[in-house]
Amino acid sequence: MHDHDDHDDHDHHDNHFSEMQARVKALETVLTQKGLIDPAAIDAIVDTYETKIGPRNGARVVAKAWAEPDFADWLRKDATAAIASLGYTGRQGEHMRAVFNTAETHNLVVCTLCSCYPWSVLGLPPVWYKAPPYRSRAVIDPRGVLDEFGVTLPQGQKIRVWDSTAELRYIVIPERPDGTEDLDQEALADLVTRDSMIGTGLARSKGEGR
Amino acid sequence: MNAFEPTLAASPGLPKSHQGDPVFAEPWQAEAFAMTVRLHEKGVFSWSEWAEALSHELYKPGRRADAGDYFDCWVAALSRLVTELSITSQEQLNDLTQSWQRAAEATPHGKPILLENDPGR
Repeated sequence: MHDHDDHDDHDHHDNHFSEMQARVKALETVLTQKGLIDPAAIDAIVDTYETKIGPRNGARVVAKAWAEPDFADWLRKDATAAIASLGYTGRQGEHMRAVFNTAETHNLVVCTLCSCYPWSVLGLPPVWYKAPPYRSRAVIDPRGVLDEFGVTLPQGQKIRVWDSTAELRYIVIPERPDGTEDLDQEALADLVTRDSMIGTGLARSKGEGR
Repeated sequence: MNAFEPTLAASPGLPKSHQGDPVFAEPWQAEAFAMTVRLHEKGVFSWSEWAEALSHELYKPGRRADAGDYFDCWVAALSRLVTELSITSQEQLNDLTQSWQRAAEATPHGKPILLENDPGR
């Protein structure tokens, strides 16, 4: 099959490391080779802070979509613009698409192996999410993978798996938990976990706390 | 007291949340922080050595007024310290940095970015 995208190959790559990202990887490489650190231990420390990295913008996007039907519509039609309207922007050229969970369909996002994970919106990806087996298994057996995460979906609910492309990133809009009509957007945002925005979890129910 | 506190105590000006936890603007900053914590724990350098290396970078002229380059200084301090301890050289770090950048560019979407992907290696 012929590739028709040749024309923009020169100014666009799937992956890119900033100078600082690359410097940190260089340090990690040397220190690992010398046996002074091991990447698993580093991941474990980083994981401690996963929810504190990035401004958790995505949770506020979800809360607003729950509370304001007009915003939800906008998000459905043009997530990039709707998210940008809140002042949250990713890197240049990063387009977002919002996929809404419903009673019929649960959405699951794969692919964070490369540098394309929209952490500025979703926060840091979990350590396991970067593992190649997750990606392939999520595609083949999404229900089994979700089961391992303790997420059991109703029998009739379909699972749709989204694989982000170099230009398009996804955010899952989880279903709003029952009994949250009286909560303001700030309180609603507290119910939105990082995992619920990639589809490996559901939003917390009211009173479940952090 | 958690394991990171000596690092926190030895790192003046570290951006922190109201709860006193470090706040990172980007994942690489957390990785740099985590590596420093590990090297500490392993006794590769003492906290006074770290504090001195970091201050040296933080008080260099030409810092950004909004302190948005705090972790740039952090990485510079860590790089200097490990070269001073002869764990590596500045040249090796520079080579590897460029190598990682080429590797990223050469890695197609959906594949893990590995150093081996650098066509120049």
